[in-house]
Amino acid sequence: MASEGLHESADLLSAETIDRHRAITSIMEELAAVDWYDQRVNATGSPDLAEVLAHNRDEEKEHAAMTLEWLRRRDPVLDGHLRTYLFTEESVVAEEHEAEAGGDGGGGSLGVGSLREAGS
Amino acid sequence: MNHLFRELAPVSDAAWSEIESEAKRALENFLAARRLVDFTGPHGWDAAAVPLGTLDKLARGPVEGVEGARRQIQPYIELRARFALLRQELDAIDRGHKSPDLTPVVDAARSIAQAEDKTVFHGYSEAGLVGVADASPHEAVELGDKFGEYPRWVATAVAKLRDAGVEGPYGAALGPRCYAGILETTEDGGYPVLERLRLILGGPVVYAPAVDGAVVLSMRGDDFELSCGEDVSIGFESADTDQVRLYLEESLTFHAHTPEAGVALRYP
Repeated sequence: MASEGLHESADLLSAETIDRHRAITSIMEELAAVDWYDQRVNATGSPDLAEVLAHNRDEEKEHAAMTLEWLRRRDPVLDGHLRTYLFTEESVVAEEHEAEAGGDGGGGSLGVGSLREAGS
Repeated sequence: MNHLFRELAPVSDAAWSEIESEAKRALENFLAARRLVDFTGPHGWDAAAVPLGTLDKLARGPVEGVEGARRQIQPYIELRARFALLRQELDAIDRGHKSPDLTPVVDAARSIAQAEDKTVFHGYSEAGLVGVADASPHEAVELGDKFGEYPRWVATAVAKLRDAGVEGPYGAALGPRCYAGILETTEDGGYPVLERLRLILGGPVVYAPAVDGAVVLSMRGDDFELSCGEDVSIGFESADTDQVRLYLEESLTFHAHTPEAGVALRYP
């Protein structure tokens, strides 16, 4: 079984939805690993071990970023929100107010994206 | 505020929501090419071109002993379809009116969808874009008006692709002259022609009002790319006491990476 995290019968889900589920689950696992490594780096008294753990932790960040990018390319709404909030300088909440003043929450895009059916 | 200037529009949140829902519903109904070709993006409004990976070798280098070459790119084009809505219709939405007249939104969605589809299937010569039908090196399959013959013509197109080493699944875009007729036609045994086409193709049959004749193409991937800078968005242009003038806008480009992966079917 690809994942035990499905909340609906796999028969009812498209291949695209299941692939996105796989990606989301992977991102969750990678970020959880970052958190665990972070705590262990803090807690260990061995500088050598801390160095190895910090290296491993930072590799998990790369994995999370790569998988997030995969997901962004397939989710126009997520793409819109990431474009609104990422790599900005002012308050994140101020960014939200600015985006919502446009009435769309995502810069004005209708988020149509690809219309190809799963498996085609 | 971004380049769409939506914050300046005298349009309430509820009215924006209605306009966006109507526009998205209409676009998902009208857009055909996005059901058949690879769609990449959106890469953002500021994206100007996609790299093709090929080079133009320049006649001479900047200095003796050094060669020069220019990378080839495919520029994005901008498409914009304007429309105007009556302010009294928009005001009525805030009073709870359930069926405001948003026909201009649907008309604009139909127009920009046809523009995108025409660009993908037949190109846009003024912008230097070549569509699937014109890029194809295969001789076009000749169509007639007997709808029962379409399985044979589509099978001929598929055979051309197979002979060129292009695998399936395949899909077809059918223009307005043939789609309705095919939909209504059954073979001698009563089997619907449309279903027969799907079996031959192994993929979808799509109604494409912008297509002249029909187009059959491979859907294995990496052959035809519709690249989007800004996906279809709604912007604000101006307003007066009676009307709010808005527009649908997108930036896109199209490239046939494998021209032999498509075949045109044309009326004589």
